[in-house]
Amino acid sequence: MQLRVRALESILTEKGYVDPKALDLLIETYEVKVGPHNGARVVAKAWTDPEYRKWLLTEGGAAIASLGYIGRQGENMVVLENTPKLHNMVVCTLCSCYPWPVLGLPPVWYKSAPYRSQAVSNPRKVLADFQVTLPEGMEIRVWDSTAEIRYLVLPMRPAGTDGWSAEQLERLVTRDSMIGTGLPLRPQDIAS
Amino acid sequence: MNGPHDMGGMQCFGPVKPEANEPPFHADWEKRAFAITVAMGATGEWNQDESRNARESMPPARYLSSSYYQIWFEGLKRLLQERDLVSADEIAQARAMGEPKPVKRTLAAAAVAETLGRGGPSRRETTKPARFKVGDRVRTKNINPPTHTRLPRYVRGHVGTVERIYGAHIYPDAHAHGGGEDPQWLYAVAFEGSDLWGPDGDPAVRVSVDAFEPYLEPA
Repeated sequence: MQLRVRALESILTEKGYVDPKALDLLIETYEVKVGPHNGARVVAKAWTDPEYRKWLLTEGGAAIASLGYIGRQGENMVVLENTPKLHNMVVCTLCSCYPWPVLGLPPVWYKSAPYRSQAVSNPRKVLADFQVTLPEGMEIRVWDSTAEIRYLVLPMRPAGTDGWSAEQLERLVTRDSMIGTGLPLRPQDIAS
Repeated sequence: MNGPHDMGGMQCFGPVKPEANEPPFHADWEKRAFAITVAMGATGEWNQDESRNARESMPPARYLSSSYYQIWFEGLKRLLQERDLVSADEIAQARAMGEPKPVKRTLAAAAVAETLGRGGPSRRETTKPARFKVGDRVRTKNINPPTHTRLPRYVRGHVGTVERIYGAHIYPDAHAHGGGEDPQWLYAVAFEGSDLWGPDGDPAVRVSVDAFEPYLEPA
């Protein structure tokens, strides 16, 4: 693949269709700048700021944009709230739709056949693949991103974090907890 | 098209295998394939729906045995050739031979941040009223177009409930095939797991898809 992709890149460059500096910048953007740390900041703010939380759940796009996370693959953001009775999980069965501005580029498993096929038909089994077991009776709500709406899960704030600052809480927010295939870390998980 | 990309409900692929501390890219070629795909998308020579359609048009066995960036790369080559931007000979010879064809735009390094920040909004204003309201029971049509659609097979012909109304958006089924934007109302329609999967379904699961109005009829 390396040779074939590099060959096509040089054809496109030679023909003037792409600017190699722009290519480097695109890669750098998603390798360094944009990633799940953005989403973690959104979640931690919602955990500590009730007004922001309310705004996030009613106008997700605007509330997320207020932190500077905008643009490609995040044009129509909707935030889904987990509760003691409801667990949300996001998939794109048809391709790889994913909220880039808050989570970065999707992991391989998210784009893979096992996840795309089973998330909608057997989400409990999929969660088991992530070592996640939900309490009996908790409803699982799966959101298949078949159009241009991009979903972010707002996980429940872990117990034992009273008085924590947003910056401290960010460390508990994992990428998977914002997709719905994981839960946030607990305080003891990051105790050093 | 009822292609291999439409995977919801298939059971033959084994467990999901998460990778600990996964990097954004796994090889240099993935970075370059990603970047040339995004940069060529920014030329305006095709839209996102045409791009998805190109990826879905891969031969099924190859689609299923390719990684996602390989699928992107195949889709990109197809679009470049269809629009006479790059010839099959050039790809085979791995060098530019013909004259470049003018493109609408090229993405300059200085414009990357602004272009990504702008994205490609799909929301459109419409004067048509929405046909359905929140709480309405709707049935997804049993359609099987040989062309691009965003109505997955596993929900076709099923009854669900309109949970959210997302405004009007570009309609991919038209937009992928030269039919213009043709904005249509978009709804989150939720189905009971047991309605979709019968007795094999989990009764404590609900699944929604984002469905365009032409996919739906009153139930």
